[in-house]
Amino acid sequence: MNEILRTTAVELAAKIKARELSSVEVIHAHLERIAAVDPDVHAFLHIDGERALQTATRIDTKIAHGEHVGPLAGVPLALKDVLTYAGAPTTCGSKILAGWIPPYDATVTRRLLDADVVIVGKTNMDEFAMGSSTENSAFGPTHNPWALDRIPGGSGGGSAASLAAFEVPLAVGTDTGGSIRQPASVTGTVGVKPTYGGTSRYGLVALASSLDQPGPCARTVLDAATLHAVIAGHDPLDSTSIDAPVPDVLGAARSGDVAGMKIGVVTELRGEGYAPGVEQRFGEAVELLSTLGAEIIEVPCPHFVYALPAYYLILPAECSSNLAKFDAMRFGLRVGDDGEASAEQVMAATREAGFGAEVKRRIIIGTYALSSGYYDAYYGQAQKVRTLISRDFERAFATVDVLVSPSTPTTAFKIGEKVDDPLAMYLNDLCTIPSNLAGNASASFPVGLAPEDGLPVGLQVMAPPLADDRLYRVGAALERTLVGQWGGSLLDRVPELTVVG
Amino acid sequence: MALTPSDVADLAKLARIELTHAELEHLAPQLEVILDAVARVSEVAADDIEPMSHALPLTNVFRDDVLRPSLPREQVLAGAPASELDRFRVPRILGEEA
Repeated sequence: MNEILRTTAVELAAKIKARELSSVEVIHAHLERIAAVDPDVHAFLHIDGERALQTATRIDTKIAHGEHVGPLAGVPLALKDVLTYAGAPTTCGSKILAGWIPPYDATVTRRLLDADVVIVGKTNMDEFAMGSSTENSAFGPTHNPWALDRIPGGSGGGSAASLAAFEVPLAVGTDTGGSIRQPASVTGTVGVKPTYGGTSRYGLVALASSLDQPGPCARTVLDAATLHAVIAGHDPLDSTSIDAPVPDVLGAARSGDVAGMKIGVVTELRGEGYAPGVEQRFGEAVELLSTLGAEIIEVPCPHFVYALPAYYLILPAECSSNLAKFDAMRFGLRVGDDGEASAEQVMAATREAGFGAEVKRRIIIGTYALSSGYYDAYYGQAQKVRTLISRDFERAFATVDVLVSPSTPTTAFKIGEKVDDPLAMYLNDLCTIPSNLAGNASASFPVGLAPEDGLPVGLQVMAPPLADDRLYRVGAALERTLVGQWGGSLLDRVPELTVVG
Repeated sequence: MALTPSDVADLAKLARIELTHAELEHLAPQLEVILDAVARVSEVAADDIEPMSHALPLTNVFRDDVLRPSLPREQVLAGAPASELDRFRVPRILGEEA
């Protein structure tokens, strides 16, 4: 494999800036890799090669002329297909938006472009970010580079797989119930959900507006922190954006000092239903943090067991409202407009043809939960549970600096295994959901391979709102020590992918 | 909680999705299992608990009342399924009897 592909984003940026490598060369290498392995992995829904090379040429010229460039200038990145990028299609993995070209850039996209990052394509995802396996994409599943018959997680399976397959060093995901962290966990990569309001939702096609949050995906902790710093910060175009300085994520990622840190292990997020290899690697990682000087405390969060049921009421309720805009009138698919049918009939026929099974399930559940007579018992009660989960976090963070748990109960399962068993699929998000409901910062870091199947295990770190830097401090401590123990990155052990000739 | 295919058909009508008969039969038992699972939220005694709609304590945000250019009409209409005379063209809205 070309050495450029294994180089971290931060090192690539330094070499491009020092003119040891050109951005064009770097983008070429990655586009070649994508052409070679993506027929098997299917991480991308759209590859924007020509524009990427033009951007790279412009950045190389800027550097040659001594002009100022951004911290990740010339480095390739993959954008989840739920964020708009003018001139490229945004489909959200749905037939209802197939071929739709947005007329504007998301704020996250704009910040990437302003920082001279090179967007090479849009990544596959579960339709409208509903799912934990990327199998709900209308354009076919993404395959986990660790084992092509396994799921890469979801909904951001494309972003995570593109990193593990060395197709790009950086990606952007969005996390509503774990869609950045769970894919990171099952692909051995790093994924961070910033504090709600830390990154802008402008130009992000909404799933559940009170939960959605864009965030960085990378192969190393420092790369993720560098990307975090580029995309985060106040945006007047998002009314829930936090008007406060971005936490010092870069400083934390460089430090990795956990001495004296109080780390809480969540009692409720382990035990029955957790794979032995997940429990083992999680336990070893906690032990490691202890030897690095952290104080480990067991912390009960009694309402976390109700997070999953509360989430699967709140999310469908919000999504059934948000997806009402796909009405066949102003954009996207239109079916059955024969001159006779009414707008309402066309709307119903289009939504039937354009939405997949999981989207339909959730819209119906949401419609039910919001209907009169059930509102208080379901949606109202779920919102109260949300308050209680938030209080569990507040109580915990009064005594500890961060909380930890496994990122997911199991490693990557086989494609097809849970596709028609929604409840089994929902259990993947057991550990990640509480942080979306409460809005605090949360991340997944790789901590090894489960002995029983040789597949990656992730450790989740949860920090108080606006203390995103603490995630990186813990992540960097783990990475530094584990990479030393492993004798290199975990991703060096991803099997060679068949290169299509 | 029993949910029949006919209940699902009523909900689908509210949600403007024309589900097929086969889908109604397939979805009803699945949705019933999901609703039974999420009904667990009722186990929590929460009568005196404030509902939480959002992770942040929010107040409305206003921007300065200054003119900003909007998207050009061609760009707005470019993604439309049908347009005519610089407008979105939509199917008929009123029925024959109206």
